[in-house]
Parts: sequence; C-alpha cells; structure tokens
Amino acid sequence: MIIFENVNKKYGPNSALENINLEIKQGEFIFIVGSSGAGKSTLLRILTKEVIPTSGKVKVGNIDVTKMQDKDVPSLRRKVGMVFQDFKLLDDRTVFENVALALEVLDKSYEDITKAVEHILKLVEIWDKRNLFPRQLSGGEAQRTVIARAVVGKPDVLLADEPTGDLDPKTAWGVIQLLNEINSWGTTVAMATHNQEIVNTLKRRVVILKNGNIAKDSKEGKYEIH
Amino acid sequence: MNRAILYTKRNIRRTPFQAIAASMIMFLTFFALLAFILLATGSEMALKYFESKPQVIAFFKEGTTDQDIHAIETALQQESIVTNTKYVSKQDALQIYRDRNKNDPALLELVTANILPASLEVSTQTPQDLQSVADILKREPVVSEVIVPQDVVQTLTQIAGIIRTVGGATVGFLMVFAILVIVMIIGFKIRLRRNEIEIMRLVGASSSFVRNPFILEGMFYGITGAVTAWILSYGLLWYFTPFLQGYLEEIKLLPVNPLFMFILLTTVILVSLALGSLGSIFAVRRYLKIS
Repeated sequence: MIIFENVNKKYGPNSALENINLEIKQGEFIFIVGSSGAGKSTLLRILTKEVIPTSGKVKVGNIDVTKMQDKDVPSLRRKVGMVFQDFKLLDDRTVFENVALALEVLDKSYEDITKAVEHILKLVEIWDKRNLFPRQLSGGEAQRTVIARAVVGKPDVLLADEPTGDLDPKTAWGVIQLLNEINSWGTTVAMATHNQEIVNTLKRRVVILKNGNIAKDSKEGKYEIH
Repeated sequence: MNRAILYTKRNIRRTPFQAIAASMIMFLTFFALLAFILLATGSEMALKYFESKPQVIAFFKEGTTDQDIHAIETALQQESIVTNTKYVSKQDALQIYRDRNKNDPALLELVTANILPASLEVSTQTPQDLQSVADILKREPVVSEVIVPQDVVQTLTQIAGIIRTVGGATVGFLMVFAILVIVMIIGFKIRLRRNEIEIMRLVGASSSFVRNPFILEGMFYGITGAVTAWILSYGLLWYFTPFLQGYLEEIKLLPVNPLFMFILLTTVILVSLALGSLGSIFAVRRYLKIS
C-alpha cells in the first residue's frame, strides 16, 4: 500500500531521513515513534508531497509520489487524510463547514455533503457541536473535527501527526479509540507520536526512528528510546 | 462554478471597502473610456457631415444691396462646379437666429436684423472645388468674410486627432492603473487568507478550486465599474441631449442611437471582464504561485 524505497531527505547539510525502506500494508495501523527531530513528521509529509525527498522512491497505492506532477498532487491528497497536532481548522467556519470543505473540494453536491457530514459528525460524536466555531471547542472536540474532515471523503490512508500532543490523557484516549475504529473500516492509519502509554497499550506495529534512520520495526512493538 | 461564485461572494463580503475601491477605479477607467469613445465618434460623424456637404459661405459688408448680391449669385451659377446657391437675407438670418434660440429670451432681446449680415451659401460638386469658389468670392469688394468648410474640416480633423491621442493615452494609463489596483487588492486578499488556502490545499483542493474565486472577484470589480460607468454616461448624454442638439443643428449626432449604446455596453463589459481577470491572474500567479 505504502512503500518507501531508499528514501533520503536532506535540508542543506543536515539529514532528516536516511535510507528509509519501509512498507505499510493496506489496513495496517502503524505507530511511528522517536524523539524530536527524528524525522517522524518529515516521513508523513512526504506521503502528501508537502516535502519532496532528496532521493528515493515513494509509492502510495499505485501512485509514484516522487514522480508525480504538481497538478496531480490534489488528487493524491484526497486519497490521504491528514490529522494535525495544531488542528488546522478554519476559524471563520463552523464545525460542519470545516468538515464539509473536504467534500467541497471533491465538487460534491450540497445534498451529498450534508448527508455525509452529518453521518461522520455523529460517528465522531460531535454532531451537537456542528454549529460552533473552532474557538468554541475543547481540544478533544477540535481534534475530532479534524479527524472527521480527514475521513469524510473515505480516504485509503489516514496520517496522524501527533494528534494527541496537546490533549489530556482521557481525551487523547478518546481520539485513539476513534482512530482505531477508523482502522477497523480498512483504512490504513499511520500515526506519529510521543505518547508512550498509547503505543505500549495498543500493541500495534511500531517503527522507531532515530536520527532519520529506522532503528527498529516490530510487529507488536513497544515505545523504546534509542 | 456555483461553489466558486459562493466563495467569491464570501470574499467580497469580508472586505467591502476594498471591493468598493476596486469597483471605483474600474468605474473611473470605463467612464473615461466611454467619454473618449463618444467624443471620438461624435467628432468623426461631424467630420463626415462637413465632408459630405461641401459649401462656402460668404458674408457681405454692411450696406451691400440685394442687387449686388444677386449679381454675384448669378455669376456663380454660371460656374460648372457650383451645384446650388442660397441667399440668406438679414431678415432670414434673424428668423434663423430666433428659431435656434427660442428657448432663451435673453438672447433674443437685443438682436435685430441690422446686426446680422446677409450671406450667400454656395454648394459645390466636390470639396476640392471649394477653394476656387472661395477665391472668386474673396475678390468681390462687397464680401466681408468667406468661410470655407475645409477650414472647419481641418480644425475638426485636428480636434478628432487630439481626442484620439489624449483620450487613448489617458484611457491606456487608467487601464494599466486599474489592473495594478486589482493585482494589489487580490494579492492582499491572498495574503490575508494564506492559512485558509494552505488548509484547502492540504485537504486536496485543486489549483482551480483555489484560484477561480479570485479571478471571478476581479471580473466582478471590472463589470461593476463598467456597467455603472455606462449607466452614468448614458444618463448624462440623455439629460444633456436637448441642450446639445441646439448647438449641433443639422448634424444628426443626437439623440444617440440606442443600438449603438447597447453595442458600447457589450464592448465595455467584455473589456472589463478581460481587465478584471487579467489583474486577478497576475495576482494569483505572483502570490499563490499557481497558474
């Protein structure tokens, strides 16, 4: 499903990723862990072509991301949902409108959008907050809104970059359970995190990055500091 | 497209003062353009009128008798190049003056037949013949002044040329200025919304999805300014037509043909759409870095 083949990323003389070879299968739930600066976010951002690797090959499904032209990037990003630590919600739009944006870019009809957004907001349990603006939401509610926006278009892959970073433990668990449920639908989930407890509890595949390299890749791994 | 229109309306509502400023600069540009076109068209039509009626007018000195005038008229009628002559006596001249100024009694009060000179209007076959007839008339001792329309034609040609040059330069400058204002305003809006644009791109918005509302916005400013300018121009023209018709006499410039004004409206709408979208495209390429 997702393939990294000899991927390197340099920022000037500094190496963010070095010789990354990684395969993520369809429907997997994978944690990407490591200390700050290990390359977690860079790895995820390569998958949406926010960052272009210095060398190597990256494939998402049948799409060769490294050879892709700029005009095709939007279609890639519609297949890959993103959840961000800083939420990235539009302040002047309600919860409903923020989630609807993901379908507006697909040029869906108003009726289809209304139906789909209602469905997903009920699923993530923030339907009652649909008319509120982001500044009126708690951290957990904002993150649920972001997740709803990321999955409303039924992407094949969901990337979560430190989604629980700003949340309290209870709220963080709520978000993780949601991601787990999304994964149970068949969506591939790749989550970059510092949260040791979540990683060790869920017993999913864990890829540990250290200084831009894959230090360890284990099926039911634990959060280890290398 | 409906979505792009919705986003455009939202963008305009968010910054109404900038919208007004952009529309106003477009209004000024198109008002100047319309004024230039109307003046240029009017002067061309007047030119054509004078060119189609080659005519010399000779005014006679005070004390010239009808006999002398008729003698000159008869001699001219013998010339092959002369097609028609018309004698306008002092009384006739007074009547013409009264007819033209009947709505302005103040102008009628002090004028009598004695003040107005008698004249002879001589029509020729071609404009080229006018000078020969003028030379004949100038040799007559009873003739005080000879007006040759070629002088009028030459003056009109010069005026038309000046209108074209000055008007064209002014309108050209205003168009460039209008485009730059649109670039500036759309560019400012792009910078204001850069976070929103970033998020839209991250969720998979295509370049056209991001770009089209800005281009439509530029076109909106163009069309608003152009249509407003056209309405004002037509309104002013309609209002002043009775006043201007008195000065134009036989030159059938007014009232302006509604079909001509409709064609003008269509033209300015097309030009405004082009200007507005051009400004927006420049701004989008520069600030959004998409084509």
